Amino acid sequence: MTTVAPTTTQRLEVRGDADVVRVRQLVRGVAQEARLSLVVQTKLVTAASELARNTLVHGGGGHVTVELVTEGARTGVRAVFADDGPGIADLDLALTDGWTSGGGLGLGLSGSRRLVERFSIDSAPGAGTRVEIVTWSR
Amino acid sequence: MSDASTGALSQVLTRHADEVRTAWLDAAAAELHGRSSRGELDREQTEIFEALVGGLADGGTTLRDAAFDQLRGILADVSAARARLGYTPRETAMAVFALKEGLYALVSDASVRTDITSLLRLVDDLGLYTFEAFAEAREAIITEQSEQLLELSTPVVKIWDGVVAVPLVGTLDSARTQVVMEKLLNTLVETGSEHAIIDITGVPAVDTQVAQHLFKTVVAARLMGAQCTISGIRPQIAQTIVSLGIEFGDIRTRASLADALLDALESGGRSAAEVTG
Amino acid sequence: MNDAIPILKIGSTLLVSIQVDLQDTTALRLQEDLAERITTTGARGVIIDISGLEIVDSFIGRMLATVAAISQVLDARTVVVGMRPAVAITLVELGLSLGGARTALDVDRGLALLESDDTPSAGATLLDAAKRRAQ
Repeated sequence: MTTVAPTTTQRLEVRGDADVVRVRQLVRGVAQEARLSLVVQTKLVTAASELARNTLVHGGGGHVTVELVTEGARTGVRAVFADDGPGIADLDLALTDGWTSGGGLGLGLSGSRRLVERFSIDSAPGAGTRVEIVTWSR
Repeated sequence: MSDASTGALSQVLTRHADEVRTAWLDAAAAELHGRSSRGELDREQTEIFEALVGGLADGGTTLRDAAFDQLRGILADVSAARARLGYTPRETAMAVFALKEGLYALVSDASVRTDITSLLRLVDDLGLYTFEAFAEAREAIITEQSEQLLELSTPVVKIWDGVVAVPLVGTLDSARTQVVMEKLLNTLVETGSEHAIIDITGVPAVDTQVAQHLFKTVVAARLMGAQCTISGIRPQIAQTIVSLGIEFGDIRTRASLADALLDALESGGRSAAEVTG
Repeated sequence: MNDAIPILKIGSTLLVSIQVDLQDTTALRLQEDLAERITTTGARGVIIDISGLEIVDSFIGRMLATVAAISQVLDARTVVVGMRPAVAITLVELGLSLGGARTALDVDRGLALLESDDTPSAGATLLDAAKRRAQ
């Protein structure tokens, strides 16, 4: 008896600083709708904040789509961060703690991967970057 | 089965409603001897019967059809209610399968010319659906109970002004350790306490993951401005921690809960004499 | 949205309470403003109240650590107070520390911590003096 709830996908452009804050708010709203616990919500929103900033800083801007997903009795949140930037040549290296291409702490990608249940990244030099994250209610 | 025949089936059922329902009720009541009163069963069966007849009249052939939306809803409700009341799977399914007794009566009735084989098949589906809904409801109850158990097994208590403690008993798994972590940190804020003690005297073993969680709890407490001590580490656990190469670093550990409490009070600015005397 | 975050001065302590969802530029501006105010006021301590923050990501975490480092160079101590449990758990998972920033449950306890700290050890004083000279 798997039910598929009507999911509405919400999309946000990431062009500036203020958009990163908007992404956080959007993800939090959907996370509340999916009845995620406060800690799980906080982890997800933090991951979204890191990834949206990556989209802006490393990808030169892009867009984020957020949706509520269901699987049986579970509900969850899926967010996709996409840009048409320079892409990442060495994914393994980029996912290493402390490695940074900019001036950051190098925890954006590797850290946010630890904050969500499913994390997948798709990128190649010149082909942009697409990161998908999913977190479930239980 | 064509639309015409579902219409015919609906008519047959309506025409012989009393006959079918009486046989159904007798069979169900015999099966549930006394668990449900006849009145309750009768109300329940009225609902199911009407939804079934209505669904057939609307051209429904299999239970999945939209025409039977209402029927599925009723069956799911009835099954979930039975699961909560502790009925056995047999009792739950039989309440629906008993409808067949009513239908067999139609087969032997010479005045009925309509072939009701498809109707019997549909009742089988209803029974299976009831069974599934029952299992699902049980599943939900089990999940709920294990969560409640988790809550119960991790009491975070304020043992002194500014000191909260959680005595852990039994095997720690990752899920439980995480619940403890959250509850302990929340209690720090709620009670405005600067000291937390996790006592693991009652914990027989600790694996790498659990040790990591304990470690993270201590670090998180520190980020919030609180001090967290782990007390009651058994010799075997100390050995495990060392042999697993887990870095306990500068985590405060004390032999017993009493030592940890005394320590917390002392670092709170009060002398031990003041506390004990 | 881009408003600067107000910095209050109480005695020799600067108090900042972050109540809005921080934009990166706002965080950077706060960092600069704090450095400025520590020097102009000669403050000995900085308290940053983050009880209003629903998340602290690596950018904000880095800002807090940087403020702590800067204030240390300027002979002041930084205390981050009021971090929510969910935020603390997330930061640990993220693998982020607040560097040299100290922590307290709330503003009251942060103030008490700064008071008890007001008599630094001789070694620390020498080190701070050397740092000041190096500037």
